[in-house]
Amino acid sequence: MKVLVPVKRVIDYNVKARVKPDQTGVDLANVKMSMNPFCEIAVEEAVRLREKGVATEVVAISIGPPQASETLRTALAMGADRAILVQTTEDLEPLAVAKVLAAIIGRESPDLVVMGKQAIDGDNNATGQMLATLLDWPQATFASAIEVAGGKAKVTREVDGGLQTLEIDLPGIVTADLRLNEPRYASLPNIMKAKKKELAIEELASLGVDTAPRLKVVKVTEPAKRAGGVKVETAADLVAKLKTEAGVL
Amino acid sequence: MAVLVIADHDNAHLRDTTEKTVTAALQLSADVDLLVAGQGCKAVADAGAKITGVRKVLLAESAELGEGLAESMEALVVPLMADYDAVLTPATSQGKNFSPRIAARLDVAQISEIVEVIDASTFVRPIYAGNALETVQSSDAKKVITVRPTVFKAAADGGSAKVETIPAPAKPAKTHFVDQKLVKSARPELSGAKIVVSGGRAMGSAEEFQKVIEPLADKLGAAVGASRAAVDAGYAPNDYQVGQTGKVVAPELYIAIGISGAIQHLAGMKDSKVIVAINKDADAPIFQVADYGLVADYKTAVPDLMAALTAAGK
Repeated sequence: MKVLVPVKRVIDYNVKARVKPDQTGVDLANVKMSMNPFCEIAVEEAVRLREKGVATEVVAISIGPPQASETLRTALAMGADRAILVQTTEDLEPLAVAKVLAAIIGRESPDLVVMGKQAIDGDNNATGQMLATLLDWPQATFASAIEVAGGKAKVTREVDGGLQTLEIDLPGIVTADLRLNEPRYASLPNIMKAKKKELAIEELASLGVDTAPRLKVVKVTEPAKRAGGVKVETAADLVAKLKTEAGVL
Repeated sequence: MAVLVIADHDNAHLRDTTEKTVTAALQLSADVDLLVAGQGCKAVADAGAKITGVRKVLLAESAELGEGLAESMEALVVPLMADYDAVLTPATSQGKNFSPRIAARLDVAQISEIVEVIDASTFVRPIYAGNALETVQSSDAKKVITVRPTVFKAAADGGSAKVETIPAPAKPAKTHFVDQKLVKSARPELSGAKIVVSGGRAMGSAEEFQKVIEPLADKLGAAVGASRAAVDAGYAPNDYQVGQTGKVVAPELYIAIGISGAIQHLAGMKDSKVIVAINKDADAPIFQVADYGLVADYKTAVPDLMAALTAAGK
């Protein structure tokens, strides 16, 4: 069984994004970039499926600038077998990403796609669902557990108020939520090994997919800052202030 | 232009996220219809018919719609879009599950989690965990939008729209519902609660989390929340998670206990009306957004707070 894992290079989750003074976007120059945390969870899950003997090959794919090859090397160091970089300097919207992935999937024919539920830059939470729709494959989003057997995946999903379990016929799309697993750190020997693994690079333009943006970014601004608060000395002071000053008790 | 709002409900009750989404929809157009999809949810449709500004309610019922299967929701909504220029869905885990499918099928962008309507094709949405606000203008003929409900006021009751039953789509072939385990709680729902008490990693264990956070929440009639760190460590269920990757809340009062205030947590609660932080580290970033900060170990501060609340008649 072949598992495909799309990964995205994003601002490191510990770094606070700063808006550019000209309001054209977020300043990413000289900012630490990493693999999107949910993509890491997806890679970990795919690698575990291979370690359990359920999957035979794990292919990582990224769509992005040349530096996204570093993100793919991380996926390889975590245990992916090979990687594909679809190179572009354009910033693609989720629908365009889903179309590019669908084109690659047409050629790679994986049995399962495991991907993060959301990227922490655009915060759209849409690509997996869109990809499932374009391929007409079943979807199970926000997964906290995946069991694969007999051409089906049984997926436990995090929903409002609890957990839902779905069974999907493969091939299918699963998007990873936070508690699916705890991703491993790549060991130094594995980082070295990853350098020798196959990383194929192709240009986005060569795929002939329509990736034109549908949304025009008018401006990007900073949200209003909260006015600074006060420190209180005791719990009794706090209750008094909440009652009389804030009026919320 | 005509706008369709997809109701958020549990088949028995309409959630107020729906009324809030109707408010957003009315800023696009005066012609707003409500879709109630589920099973055994006639009462929800009747409640929806009372929302001021709703022109008519469409009711579709089937087992799969009741289970909230994304494929079924998409199959139901896409044909309806022949009559609508925009579809708005509350950005709950359910809405996020199916709305992008509608967009993909219509070959349009999804405009995710809008917090402001500028005009019928221009919207503001948070990106980068709410550290930036992006104003986007859509060039698509049909708009598929999810709405962050906490920022819109609920549309009032007072309408009397008619309810029209429409057929449900066929059962999806490749997705099968197995079961659903919902936590039964006497506490208010996190996303709609007036007061939220949240605990962080400082709790140290699930037992301590329950012992410290839950009694305080119950005393205040509050919902319980948790930071991602506390959820990651297994102290609280994921459903409690407040933040960029969990729930976004904006209660009247948010009390953060033993939470340092990581970027991704602040993204989920910084629009609360009043924020209280209790943390023994005076330099914790949570104090930068807190209206009232108490620098103290929660182990003594929470019992003191419970006592002070009792003394104040709570």
